[in-house]
Amino acid sequence: MLHIYCPYCEEFREEDEFHPVGEAHIERPLEPEALTDEQWSQYLFFRKNPRGLHHEMWVHGAGCRKFFNMTRHTVTYKILETYKMGQQPSVVAEESE
Amino acid sequence: MKQVNRLDDGGRINRQTPLNFTFNDKTYQGFEGDTLASALLANGVDVVGRSFKYSRPRGVITADAQEPNAIFQVGSNDASTIPNPRATQTELYANLVCSSTNGWPNVDFDLMGTVGKVGGSAMPPGFYYKTFMFPQSMWMSYEKMIRKGAGLGCSPLQPDPDSYDKLNHHCDVMVVGAGPAGLSAALAAARAGARVIIADEQNEMGGSLLCSTELIDETAAAVWLVSTLTELAENDNVLLLPRSTAFGYYDQNYIGINERRSDHIGETNSNGTRQRLHKVRAKQVILATGAHERPLVFGNNDVPGCMLASAVTTYINRYAVVPGNRLALMTTNDNAYKAAIAWHDAGKSVVLIADTRPSADGFLVKEAMKRGIKVEFGHGIIDVKGSKRVKSVEVAPLSADGKSVSGQAVSYTCDTVASSGGWSPVLHLSSHTGSKPIWRDDIQGFVPGKTEQAQHICGGIQGVYDLSQVLEDGIKCGLAAAGDAGKNVSSLELLAPTVTKNIETPAMALFHIPHFKPTSRAPKQFVDYQNDVTAAGIELANREGFESIEHVKRYTALGFGTDQGKLGNINGMAITANSLGKTIPETGTTIFRPMYTPVTFGALSGSDVKQLFDPARFTAMHSWHVDNGAEFEDVGQWKRPWYYPKPGETMEQALARECLATRNSVGLLDASTLGKIDIQGKDAREFLNRVYTNPWSQLAVGKCRYGVMCKEDGMVFDDGVTACINDNRFQMTTTTGGAAGVLNWLELWHQTEWPELEVYFSTVTDHWSTMTISGPNSRKVLEKLTDADVSNEAFPYMGWIAAEVAGVKARIFRISFTGELSFEINVQANFGLHCWEAVVAAGQEFDITPYGTETMHILRAEKGFIIVGQDTDGSVTPQDLDMNWVVGKKKAFSYLGKRSWTREDNERTDRKQFVGLKPKDPKVVLPEGAQIVFDKDQPIPMTMVGHVTSSYYSACLGYSFALAVVKGGLERKGQSVFVPLADGTTIEAEICSSVFYDPKGDRQNV
Ligand SMILES: [Zn+2]
Repeated sequence: MLHIYCPYCEEFREEDEFHPVGEAHIERPLEPEALTDEQWSQYLFFRKNPRGLHHEMWVHGAGCRKFFNMTRHTVTYKILETYKMGQQPSVVAEESE
Repeated sequence: MKQVNRLDDGGRINRQTPLNFTFNDKTYQGFEGDTLASALLANGVDVVGRSFKYSRPRGVITADAQEPNAIFQVGSNDASTIPNPRATQTELYANLVCSSTNGWPNVDFDLMGTVGKVGGSAMPPGFYYKTFMFPQSMWMSYEKMIRKGAGLGCSPLQPDPDSYDKLNHHCDVMVVGAGPAGLSAALAAARAGARVIIADEQNEMGGSLLCSTELIDETAAAVWLVSTLTELAENDNVLLLPRSTAFGYYDQNYIGINERRSDHIGETNSNGTRQRLHKVRAKQVILATGAHERPLVFGNNDVPGCMLASAVTTYINRYAVVPGNRLALMTTNDNAYKAAIAWHDAGKSVVLIADTRPSADGFLVKEAMKRGIKVEFGHGIIDVKGSKRVKSVEVAPLSADGKSVSGQAVSYTCDTVASSGGWSPVLHLSSHTGSKPIWRDDIQGFVPGKTEQAQHICGGIQGVYDLSQVLEDGIKCGLAAAGDAGKNVSSLELLAPTVTKNIETPAMALFHIPHFKPTSRAPKQFVDYQNDVTAAGIELANREGFESIEHVKRYTALGFGTDQGKLGNINGMAITANSLGKTIPETGTTIFRPMYTPVTFGALSGSDVKQLFDPARFTAMHSWHVDNGAEFEDVGQWKRPWYYPKPGETMEQALARECLATRNSVGLLDASTLGKIDIQGKDAREFLNRVYTNPWSQLAVGKCRYGVMCKEDGMVFDDGVTACINDNRFQMTTTTGGAAGVLNWLELWHQTEWPELEVYFSTVTDHWSTMTISGPNSRKVLEKLTDADVSNEAFPYMGWIAAEVAGVKARIFRISFTGELSFEINVQANFGLHCWEAVVAAGQEFDITPYGTETMHILRAEKGFIIVGQDTDGSVTPQDLDMNWVVGKKKAFSYLGKRSWTREDNERTDRKQFVGLKPKDPKVVLPEGAQIVFDKDQPIPMTMVGHVTSSYYSACLGYSFALAVVKGGLERKGQSVFVPLADGTTIEAEICSSVFYDPKGDRQNV
């Protein structure tokens, strides 16, 4: 079970209190109608599934109810950082991974 | 009965407290401090079970968690019985009742023995695949036969009478294992000021010290043990957990520990918690789990009387039990000589030590020779004679590499064979977190590899076995862990106690003792006892092309027993490596997963059972529903009235009565469970525009509107009515089951995409009690309870007013889910019951009839109103539902879901669309979920074109009807479809409009 630092509560809490939401940094296109079906489906359906570092969104559902981001290693489950919504990760995966 | 193998003195047992126990219906006596295994050995019980495949008699082989044979059914009745605990780890208590787990009808005489002997040749490795999987349908009956023949325990049939609980802990340093390494580490960490938890699976802490004859600081090891435990116990920062198995090591230093608090006292515990689950989040973890001895693999090495050398030592020194009279020992190392020395010192005869090494002159070797014990170097025990007990052994000289027999065998008469092939570090826990073990040639064992955890290891787990080094290793490790946990350790200088370091001759790397004959023809040489996996079986698997150890394991069932390969895995890998001409690390590694040893379901569930398993939610009117005979239905966690049968009434009759009463006069529904979200802020209206498909810009204060929410893929996921309370405030209602998900959804979009919108959400579901009065007389009932003008002119359909109802402040919504004139009265939850009773009283003259969820479902279905999650399934758009009217065409913002409707797939005309179905036979109710076909004569597999989503008999309409999704259904009205049933018959139905009752909507609008 993960031990997660909520960047809003500013403390470590047990995974019980959180929910994973999916890949982070997926921005809703500003003009959906301007996109082709293919472009829209990229936004809708296509997600990374890396073996290694992954930026993912979580929510502190049984805590402050804030959504936030996490950089986590999908093999070791090591959490390298958590950061607030709207911020960028400071640890980024190598492109090759 | 006399304990024939018990010594008169010594051991850590309490001879003042004899304990009677029953094994396979015979009564024996042991002492407090015994395990079930030591007590049985004391009584001279040789056979404790039968093997799974060959049904061979088996005896106790270990004194620890590795035990594959002595696994019992413990407990006297169907409630308290426990399948498969290891007798070596089961503490004896008064009147314990147990029996062999496998072995039918009993261990001394069994039917399967005959079958097994035949089966021996008929059941080669891979026999599961070769025999049982084809034909696959036969597997069930084969399995049944085998289970009956040699089962693996019975589950309790009655509820567990005991109680269990859980504790959470945080600490600086968590030490697993209280042997010399763990204790030394805990002591150092505690002295450095760290908060320490130390857990050990045994009843006493001390590990190997409990049967050690070594001196620490020139006194008995037991003295150091007592002073260490005392210091730890007196330190407020230290929590000692004996009888506590750390069964799992999870991510980020999270350890699961099962503490057995009363298992040693009796079968059940009426005075408290039987077992406790400790969940420890530790800053640093120290694994001091030691090592397990490996047996050697040799001919007939499973005959009762064959044991691990260290087990022999333990039974003699710790339990004062010498499990035989004449011992033959085979070893590849010095340490195992302790068994022969202890045996000799207990006054019994050691017939021979067969040492596979060409020579050895370590301290223990000399000690044995000093006692006149015969040692044959360069020899091995190649075969054992005897069936229910060892009778003799064949000892032969071995080649220098140990791979072949190099001379004639000599027979020795004995009743016990101890063997040792060295030690395997107990690295299971480190393996749990994904750390790959690495092989070390110098210690002939795997040790923990690279880890992401804040993990330290000391002692036997990293191949440090010499006591003086172990104690030193522990101190270093304890200080390092305390330092990493933030304690200042620089000023602390701790010296290890002095222990004489004994000279040792290096061990020989040998796992499998050769025979004159090739392995395939030699006497059976067992590797995994529980699954009867032999060296020959593994070599056969290798010859058949299974080279990866993972494949070998699955093919032979090596490591698939209840011991999970603790005893046999390394030997199996060594045999595979040898037969493939590879090294052990080339063959593979060994991965262990939680649990280390089995944990009871009771411990894992703790007190989260029965009514505490899941919260139940009740509305404020619940007691009234109970008093009035409601049957209840679970909707999520809510208990909702399902229907209210009158005495003697069937469900069908009750539903017909409720439906007709509502359509003809007035009905009353408890609707409190609908989700309610209070939405405030100056951008609330804009926010609704973005999440609902229909427009909200024009909704005036005092008005309500039905809305549908879609996910970005355009599929409906919730619906409900939202009311405009004032310009900056709306109250949204959601489906009962969708409330939490909708709130999450709103927060997600607000926080991640539109934080610039000023809007706030709070869930107010429980704040309100909601009762819906519905039917042509509902206004008359309401008028009796309020002074407000509720006429159609003053309070039209889809409006809401604030008013007093029955003397209580209320919000009344004029909305309808039945199609009848309806008023939804919302009052503060505390007044819910009061208001409900007032409505019932006021309605009496109109025969007001309470109705439940089932009548609600029928009435709404007659109107074609959908229930999200029943009529939709996450693949249905508003257009599929023929609800284009709820889709905003001119909204400025491209709201959620909109873009997806123009995706090619969502514009197909043959999408499944929402329609009504009218069975040709008006009495036949279609089964919900049934598949629909166009051509009833098509052979199987038929082309399925949709399914029935809702289906009822309508007392109001006088015929059965259904709602369904059918491919292109909206264009097929009037056509027939067919519902094929499992019995081969089909039901014909006509596609029609989904609105069966009052299609113009006049009745709700009066
Ligand atoms: Zn938080």
